[in-house]
Amino acid sequence: MAAPMRNVDEIRDRVILGEFGVRNVHSTDFPGNYPGYDDTWDLRKFKKNFRLDVFHMDENTLEFDMVGIDAAVANAFRRILLAEVPTMAIEKVFIYNNTSIIQDEILAHRLGLIPIKADPRLFEYRNAGEVDFLLQLKIKCTRNPRASKDSSDPKELYKNHMVYSKDITWVPIGNQADVFADAKIGPVHGDILLAQLRPGQELDIVMHCVKGIGKDHAKFSPVATASYRLLPEITLLQTIEGEKAERLKRCFSPGVIELENIDGRRVAKVVNSRLDTCSREVLRHDDLKSLVKLGRVRDHFIFSVESTGILPPDVLVSEAINVLIAKCQKFLNEIDSTEME
Amino acid sequence: MAGAGAGAGAERKAQLETVQADGADEGCVTFVLHGEDHTLGNSLRYMVMKNPDVEFCGYSITHPSESKINFRIQTRGGIPATEILCKGLNDLSNASKHVLQTFEAQVKEFRLKQGEAME
Repeated sequence: MAAPMRNVDEIRDRVILGEFGVRNVHSTDFPGNYPGYDDTWDLRKFKKNFRLDVFHMDENTLEFDMVGIDAAVANAFRRILLAEVPTMAIEKVFIYNNTSIIQDEILAHRLGLIPIKADPRLFEYRNAGEVDFLLQLKIKCTRNPRASKDSSDPKELYKNHMVYSKDITWVPIGNQADVFADAKIGPVHGDILLAQLRPGQELDIVMHCVKGIGKDHAKFSPVATASYRLLPEITLLQTIEGEKAERLKRCFSPGVIELENIDGRRVAKVVNSRLDTCSREVLRHDDLKSLVKLGRVRDHFIFSVESTGILPPDVLVSEAINVLIAKCQKFLNEIDSTEME
Repeated sequence: MAGAGAGAGAERKAQLETVQADGADEGCVTFVLHGEDHTLGNSLRYMVMKNPDVEFCGYSITHPSESKINFRIQTRGGIPATEILCKGLNDLSNASKHVLQTFEAQVKEFRLKQGEAME
């Protein structure tokens, strides 16, 4: 059982999860709000208190903790990850022949949403009408002459009857063949089903890819999703033992509360509050709800970034932070240029 | 008196304009930031509010169909609001740079630890 926090510290540092609502949500640590606290922005103090820990990283997901930063800035990073980190995607679809059952516009929409594995940092934004690179999809479905007479399995009867994203090929223009010789430009995943064909139907499509951001169209968003949550904090206000402790343990996600043996009695202890999903189930039990205080630590953000495969997630986070720095720089330059006049 | 900030080049429109009430001092200014939304607005507001010379700071999105924000700063002591805005932008930029450095260092360390664990 931790020592109780002073009221003021609790208002400053914790978001309180009550039975009927969430209290204390907004950050109030601005200069002048609290006598005795100096809340002026100080880069040295920020650097001292700031901490970043990577919890889990593989090729498509990244989970890391940011401690000591405010929600406004953490949310800015999240918003930039979703909408302002540029990627490449198919923008214009030139359909020379489409005799399949999928309508032109539906097919074009599906093609636009395919993630394209091309590093967007090597390309530039184009004006309308220009293009970064070309992709092509040319496929024709034919009957399989060697199928047995009474089979009904389409895989046996037809050739090329399922159009997958792996059938999209890259057509280098200009000197792209030399510049991108080793980069395999194409869809990230080859098993996305685009259309189904039957013998005689074909697709002959040329696609223009451009660089864009998620604000313009969601197809340009580089993350499957990027989200954060605040670190939950569970405080036990009294020692809880025996049968109540068992019920308390069941109210939280597995691994959060463990029962330990003290003097022969089983006492509940908060082991790992990070695993909790904050369902507030404990507040539904009348005898348990006054024994527990649920809250979240206001400046501890557990970020979870899942990439669509275009760029690795740690590169995405670096790019997002660079975008925010570039935004600030853009306005600083504007101010400087107006002051010179 | 409305002052417009002009950008370089004939094609680019001004990204930052200022609007000031007649007769007011330099400390109360509304900046109009074009092409921005809550992403920069809220984080910049937080940074400017952390400045003890600021009496009032807020932003609003005038209409969701237009991507521009009205960012108002009122200072105490007659300090020009443009200076406060510059400081806020610089603070935000420096904080982000520090976050970036820490992040990249931690990712490198994590990769090393993973590499060691695998051997």
